[in-house]
Amino acid sequence: MTAKVLSGNYAQSYAALLARAQVVSAYPITPQTSIVEKIADFVASGELHAQYVKVESEHSALQVVISAAALGARTYTATSSQGLLLMHELLHWASGMRAPIVMGVINRAVAPPWNIGADHTDTMSQRDTGWIQFYAESNQEVLDTVLQAYRLAEHPDVRLPAMVTEDAFYLSHTVEPVDVPDPAVVDRFLPPREPHAVLVPGEATRLGSFTGPEHYVDFRHQIGEAMARVPKVLETVETEFERAVGRSHGGALPTYRIDDADAVLITMGTSTTTARSVVDELRASGRRVGLAKLRLFRPFPDEELRRLARGVDRIGVVDRSYTFGPMGPAATEVSAALYTARHRPEVTSFLAGIGGRDVTPGEVRRMFETLLSGAPATVHWEDLEDEGVTRIHG
Amino acid sequence: MAKLTIPAQELMYGGHAACPGCGPALAMRLLLKGLGPRTLVSIPACCWTVIATPYPTTALKVAVLDNAIESTGASISGLRAAADALGLDKVNIVGFAGDGGTADIGLQALSGMLERRTDAIYVMYDNEAYMNTGIQRSGATPWGAWTTTTPVAGDLRGKPEPKKDVMGIVLAHRPAYAATLNPAFPEDFNQKVEKARDIVGPRFFHIFTPCPPGWKFDSAQTIALGRLATDTGVFPLYEVVEGRLRITRKTGQLKPVAEYLSAQGRFRHLTPDDVTLIQAQVRSDWERLQKREREDLSLAH
Repeated sequence: MTAKVLSGNYAQSYAALLARAQVVSAYPITPQTSIVEKIADFVASGELHAQYVKVESEHSALQVVISAAALGARTYTATSSQGLLLMHELLHWASGMRAPIVMGVINRAVAPPWNIGADHTDTMSQRDTGWIQFYAESNQEVLDTVLQAYRLAEHPDVRLPAMVTEDAFYLSHTVEPVDVPDPAVVDRFLPPREPHAVLVPGEATRLGSFTGPEHYVDFRHQIGEAMARVPKVLETVETEFERAVGRSHGGALPTYRIDDADAVLITMGTSTTTARSVVDELRASGRRVGLAKLRLFRPFPDEELRRLARGVDRIGVVDRSYTFGPMGPAATEVSAALYTARHRPEVTSFLAGIGGRDVTPGEVRRMFETLLSGAPATVHWEDLEDEGVTRIHG
Repeated sequence: MAKLTIPAQELMYGGHAACPGCGPALAMRLLLKGLGPRTLVSIPACCWTVIATPYPTTALKVAVLDNAIESTGASISGLRAAADALGLDKVNIVGFAGDGGTADIGLQALSGMLERRTDAIYVMYDNEAYMNTGIQRSGATPWGAWTTTTPVAGDLRGKPEPKKDVMGIVLAHRPAYAATLNPAFPEDFNQKVEKARDIVGPRFFHIFTPCPPGWKFDSAQTIALGRLATDTGVFPLYEVVEGRLRITRKTGQLKPVAEYLSAQGRFRHLTPDDVTLIQAQVRSDWERLQKREREDLSLAH
């Protein structure tokens, strides 16, 4: 194991290197570019023996890896924001093809107006495309999760594409010490892909095809069943990763100080680190608060959530995006998952960190205060309460 | 007795789902005869999605990948990358797209594939409209042709714009090989396929594929109409190798274009003046093609 000082983006590049991706394809977009630049260096230096296809759009980038995966190759691509939106049609193709592609996504705001700050609207609007979605909190977690995502995506019980997301700039361009496992260790954890149901030259095979109503539902249902198996397979993958590398990231919904908590905040990505420090601070002053991190958003870890919620009366969910539903997108999922629970806590939706706003300790403190005050559950646009930033109205 | 030069191998099953007299079905059959079984075909949304027959059946004895309508160029780049990464030897990678999927929505991915010098064959089988969706005009529909979105009514007389010059666009990318092919001339067709098969780099085929229901002609006349297209100069046969153009079917005297037009219902509404205009354009294009051939020939010496 080697400690390197890496950005979240370089953590993605090193993970693709360690995974021995065989075909890489990408189109540049801020703030993803340093991932694919670093991979270009790895390929140029001969460290990574990959075919690197530099394409004319993100749409083509995803098609290249879908077709490469159809022939049995291990593939990697990365994008962000508008690029991910352009891929939308092919995101469905990838999952429908059961292509075990791993993609790095830098969570960035969606235009207009142009904004390159951290925001989850890009990946949230792709949550229904049949991709496994991880949200990473640290650069270490980025690297480790990409490696785990390959095992998960290629697992015979899963065979679905996975995206590993990281917050723009907070992770993508911020460096921190990252333990880079030895290639031999990773090779043992992640052996070469075992191709399944791939095209074979010279044989009458077809991937994709078309069907009428008699078969289509079966294809969709099989994707649903594969998705449902993900949390269980992730547990196995994390156990094996821990055995090989000596680290774990706590599965789909890791929790922090939730025992006896009156209020639990659920976060995604980098706001988790801030919230954890606030939990410590409030706990020190005797407040009973806890934290849970939605590390896996697709499939949604509803069983884990219901277990967590058994003893909690008030849950707050921090969304770094708004999807014009009844609440923030994660809050909506949390509410839906808990509606059928025997013990049904109140769920409050906090929208914070939109378009690159900082989610500050003060904001998180206010969220906990709102939860503990017993105020009726509602949607709070936390960014609008922040007095430190000049806005065009208010 | 003329020696039969068309390979006997059949890589297409008889039980395909094409219409009677289908040009694209013939194009695929002849193409695979020349390329052989170690061929991967990537097919976007087009007539061939359906011709290849639904799950769990297939009409082809080679491996087929379906791809999104606009991404055939990228798909064959991905197949080539994977074939190289996995060390698969002697595999022909083919994209087989319609004119809409090439000239219109797939043009960007085609350009990207050509610019990247992908070692693959891109086929545009040209039935001159969106036929699988029911005869809507495409960029490759010729001037004056009736389609369901270029109706003939009042002052409207079919498509008011000329056909997009896809070969011109392709040639601007300086491909390793590019050619026009016509299933009505199977020897010429097969020679080009076998020649291109052994060339490394981006290769492009523009294949003329008549569509009886879309063009409104008797499905028994597909070959006759195909021959007329080339013999009138509407679809001349040529190839471009390393930038040098050679006409592969010399036509001493072009037949009148009216013979080709009058054989199809989609041109039924054209006036004698319209036909004169088309004739002038075809003659001028043919002369330009011959001039280009002479210039390229002189450069070669």
